[in-house]
Amino acid sequence: MVEMVTRPYASAFEKYALANKDVICMSADLTSSCEIDGFRDRHPEQFMSMGMAEQNMMSFAGGLGLAGYRPFIHTFGVFTYRRPYDQLMASIAYPRRKVRIMGFLPGVTTPGGMTHQAIEDIAIMRAMPNMSILETGDATEVESLCEAADSIDGPVYCRVLRGSVPRLFDTPIKVGEMRELSAGDDVLVVTAGITTEEALRAKAALAGAGVSIRHLHLHTLKPFDSKRLLDHLQSVKHGVITLENHVINGGIGSLVAETIAEAGIEKKLVRLGLQDTYAHGGSRPYLMRYYGLDALALVRGIEGLMNIETNIDADDLDAVRVDAVHSSAKAEAL
Amino acid sequence: MKNKKTTEEVALGIRRRVFEHSMRNNGGYLSQACSAAEQLAWLYNEALNLGEPTMPMIPPPFGGVPAPGNDDYVTGAGYNGPFEPQYDRLFIAPAHYALVAYATLIEVGRMAEEGLEMFNKDGSSVEMIGAEHSPGMEVHNGTLGIGLSTGAGLAYGRRLRGDSGEVCVFMSDGEVQEGQTWEAIQACAHHGIDNVWAIMDVNDQQCDGAMSSVMEVRDIATKMRAFGATVVEIDAHDLNAMREAKAEPHEGQPLIILAHSSPTKGMEFLQRRFPRLHYVRFKSEEERDEMNQSIAKELGIDPVQFDTH
Repeated sequence: MVEMVTRPYASAFEKYALANKDVICMSADLTSSCEIDGFRDRHPEQFMSMGMAEQNMMSFAGGLGLAGYRPFIHTFGVFTYRRPYDQLMASIAYPRRKVRIMGFLPGVTTPGGMTHQAIEDIAIMRAMPNMSILETGDATEVESLCEAADSIDGPVYCRVLRGSVPRLFDTPIKVGEMRELSAGDDVLVVTAGITTEEALRAKAALAGAGVSIRHLHLHTLKPFDSKRLLDHLQSVKHGVITLENHVINGGIGSLVAETIAEAGIEKKLVRLGLQDTYAHGGSRPYLMRYYGLDALALVRGIEGLMNIETNIDADDLDAVRVDAVHSSAKAEAL
Repeated sequence: MKNKKTTEEVALGIRRRVFEHSMRNNGGYLSQACSAAEQLAWLYNEALNLGEPTMPMIPPPFGGVPAPGNDDYVTGAGYNGPFEPQYDRLFIAPAHYALVAYATLIEVGRMAEEGLEMFNKDGSSVEMIGAEHSPGMEVHNGTLGIGLSTGAGLAYGRRLRGDSGEVCVFMSDGEVQEGQTWEAIQACAHHGIDNVWAIMDVNDQQCDGAMSSVMEVRDIATKMRAFGATVVEIDAHDLNAMREAKAEPHEGQPLIILAHSSPTKGMEFLQRRFPRLHYVRFKSEEERDEMNQSIAKELGIDPVQFDTH
């Protein structure tokens, strides 16, 4: 049974911010939702409430950066780039301010529907010069996120997991690297964030069916080590499958496609994720099943890629974790 | 820096330079010089505590954008003096006032005359819409409405650091149509940020014409006060009123001086173009000639001699 960690960001951020006095904690009316309510209460001098006014918050953070501070912006990921895109670009990304954007509820991790689900954030941030991107896939990555993000010489956007988070890894994020979770030679599986846990659910069943998986987990999406990815691509026989909590255009699937095309190698690619569609409101397991982002979708994708039948069905996969809709680990049912 | 000229002389010099430049280049932001000459002259010559410029008098060419590896990148802030705790900072929020701002830098001895010859030339840092790397520009403000927020963030940071220097934002009235301006004022008031202040060129002009015809904004002063600013309204061409306005106490609030200006002040000939004054071009050689003669006379200079071509 995987260890579950409650609110790993809350304690990790507090510890990091207290040791780094030039860190300023900013929130846009989602303080408890982003697990910084305790920090606000205990350290008000290092906390700024910016209200529901993200455009001002982005430019304001740019000004703080000019003064030598390192603002950590906390809100739902979707609110950090859709409305204040211009401010993000002009006040933060262009001048390379050391602003750390903590985007909570990435992709379908929220039942809030279209307005709350950041499903194209990676594509947007990848296209933005000077912006770096980190994504957390477990509690250890969340715990090490502040230090990793703050080591970046420029702005960084982070996809942060909150509430009850599984611990999958025992080493911190090392910016610019990737994790090799298995080293098989049939198919390369590339995942990030919550889709890594899904791929792990299929691990035993795939091994049982005789499929040898090479599995990479990405926490640094930009800058990206294409050369390293290329080595892995060339180590598998049948091709590569990407599974992402994001639309398939502009995210990890595109990243892999670009690597393949630029290197001129011949590898089949299957991109799983939101197929150029919006999602709607619902639980995470429901949405991941409905939109084909879960372990079973991965198995079917691998079958298609290798042109085989594994006879694996849902019962053969490790149990899906179902978070309670109302839980003390999170601030609201979102 | 020691003032070599009176603020009135600087203001007249700004109008003359922008006029001459616009004549030679078949158009320009003439009306902005008319409305803002006193404001920018006063800021640089009197109101702001700025150190000696740290940048060469003749602006260096474009040196690339901020990027990993471009370690020599600098902004245009050095023309406003070093970033030291005791000195003020200035943001020119409406970046299309750049020509007027560059003319001001020349008039107050912070940039060489050659700088204006580089205006809008390929490969030059003296860009038409002031960029972060353009002389006197400290941040990118080309999209209207982001200046006050950035100034407020810098001011808050400087307060945390204990800097005595303030942050001044030169604004334009069209910016009040942007929601961000109001977000910025409410944030300043909420956090008691009073080491930021602004002077706004209220000329009732925007790109499409008179603001009242494009988007009525009603009483700016009343709205700003309701959002938590201390507001003083003055005649933008009255330097004594400007000096008095800056002395207005504004504890716990930003000070915003609404400088009601004439978009044709000093070049009344431009009234013929009212209300399309955002960017003045000449419709014919005859018009350019007539404008050249008339405005030169108003400004007390000889008409501009054009290169034969």
